[in-house]
Amino acid sequence: MKSLRVFFLGGLISYRALFSWMTPSIFFLILVVQPVFQILLFAFIGRAANLRSDEFYVVGNAMQYAAVPCLFAMTQTIAGERYQQTLGYILISPAGRLPLFLGRALPVILNGFFTAAFSLLVGGLILGVTFPTSVFAPLAVVVLVSSLSCTGLGLINAGLGLRIRETSVLSNLLVGILLIFCGANVPVASLPDWMARISSWLPLTHAIEAARAVAHGNSITNVQGLLGRELGVGVIYAVAGLAIIRFFETQSRRHASLGIA
Amino acid sequence: MRSLRVLGLAWLLHVKMMSRSAFDGAMAVIWPLFYATVAFFMFRTGHGSSSLGPIGLAAAVMGIWTATSVPASSALQRERWSGTLELLVVAPRHLALILLPITLAASTIGLYCVAGTLLWARVLFGIHVTIIHPLFFVLGLVGTVLTIAALGFLMAVSFVGSRRAWAIGAALEYPIWLVCGFLVPVSLLPGWAHPFSWALGPTWGMRAIREAAYGGAPLGSLLLCVGLAGVYLALGVLVLRVVLDSARKRATLSLA
Repeated sequence: MKSLRVFFLGGLISYRALFSWMTPSIFFLILVVQPVFQILLFAFIGRAANLRSDEFYVVGNAMQYAAVPCLFAMTQTIAGERYQQTLGYILISPAGRLPLFLGRALPVILNGFFTAAFSLLVGGLILGVTFPTSVFAPLAVVVLVSSLSCTGLGLINAGLGLRIRETSVLSNLLVGILLIFCGANVPVASLPDWMARISSWLPLTHAIEAARAVAHGNSITNVQGLLGRELGVGVIYAVAGLAIIRFFETQSRRHASLGIA
Repeated sequence: MRSLRVLGLAWLLHVKMMSRSAFDGAMAVIWPLFYATVAFFMFRTGHGSSSLGPIGLAAAVMGIWTATSVPASSALQRERWSGTLELLVVAPRHLALILLPITLAASTIGLYCVAGTLLWARVLFGIHVTIIHPLFFVLGLVGTVLTIAALGFLMAVSFVGSRRAWAIGAALEYPIWLVCGFLVPVSLLPGWAHPFSWALGPTWGMRAIREAAYGGAPLGSLLLCVGLAGVYLALGVLVLRVVLDSARKRATLSLA
């Protein structure tokens, strides 16, 4: 019961605290305006390059942008605690680490879901890409799974935030890597072999492929293999992230370096 | 003469300060490289390797805007946080002479990105940018740096009332890349977007650089690019006067 309370209430409070840093106006500019323009930018580049249809870029970039809140907000839940000098109090609390950090991940997942869904809808409307209403529900499932796997990567980033100070740089780097590797704008098959191999181990790659298949009318059962792989990748990253958090927490106790990084 | 000295010294000071930040320096070079890489792959897949020269050039110039948009839009906010805004406002030199070097320094830092992206394009994608008119190419780059700095100056004074100025700058990154025709020809954009393109100096700066590199008459585009920089500066000074008068009357300089 206590763990559930930490999971839900702790996560909610942490998310509200995050908004002292990320006010609604910033939310609007970064998570509403920017993804729509990213879709427009790449859709027009796609037209100039004569590569794929607008739908390809609407789906790819809307999904890719789910990574932004998942990486930045997840990282900020730890980096922000250090900035506010409350990280020490969190880490000496008797609360279980699993509900503590996964609880913080839950609102972030919903945030990523909202961003991707909104960008998909608005980007599609602007570019005249319409999706039949029957694909909304399966698309929502795919978006949710991709937000989940991105949050797994965000947990790794958050864990590294216990050791390194420039978490924003790291988040930007990860977003950039996902932009190139995960097939949002360049079909994975067109990437060099070594990049394609890496992309299958990154979050988003399988979700983007699944989203495109669903947008073309495939049912959710047709893409369950892709969703399973996406979820598997996300779980691997989440477990690795929690392990990194545990490792650096122990290290910071041993070396008394919690507030120093 | 003293004004030029203030401009020159302040520009040098800010270039030195910005060059010392590992964060700004690394991200100014690396961040546009991600977009350049995606664009290279997209055009290579769509058109083949032969079309990549102009794309390499455009992706390189995009970095100047990236390096400028956020630092410029939040320039006054940073002075406010540092507690130096009031001191700068009451200084005997006009505030424009103190602000402009900040945005100019930011766009100068963008030249690192131009060099970094051209190197990246050459080493990883084998893109060779041939330059037919080297003098106009350099002038085009200088003109683009100037017009982006002037646009940044106008943004800096326009967003002074907003505490979230940096986010506005960040949100403007993609629209300017798109509307100024860096990677997408302006002719591909909807008709209603064309006047916005023409009113933006970077559009003409990019065109001058492209014409200097691949042949054409870059002088007209270059003059338009620099002329628009002058317009932004004049507008910026006017806006600054209104903003400062209002802040003095309402005693709100440090409050936004």
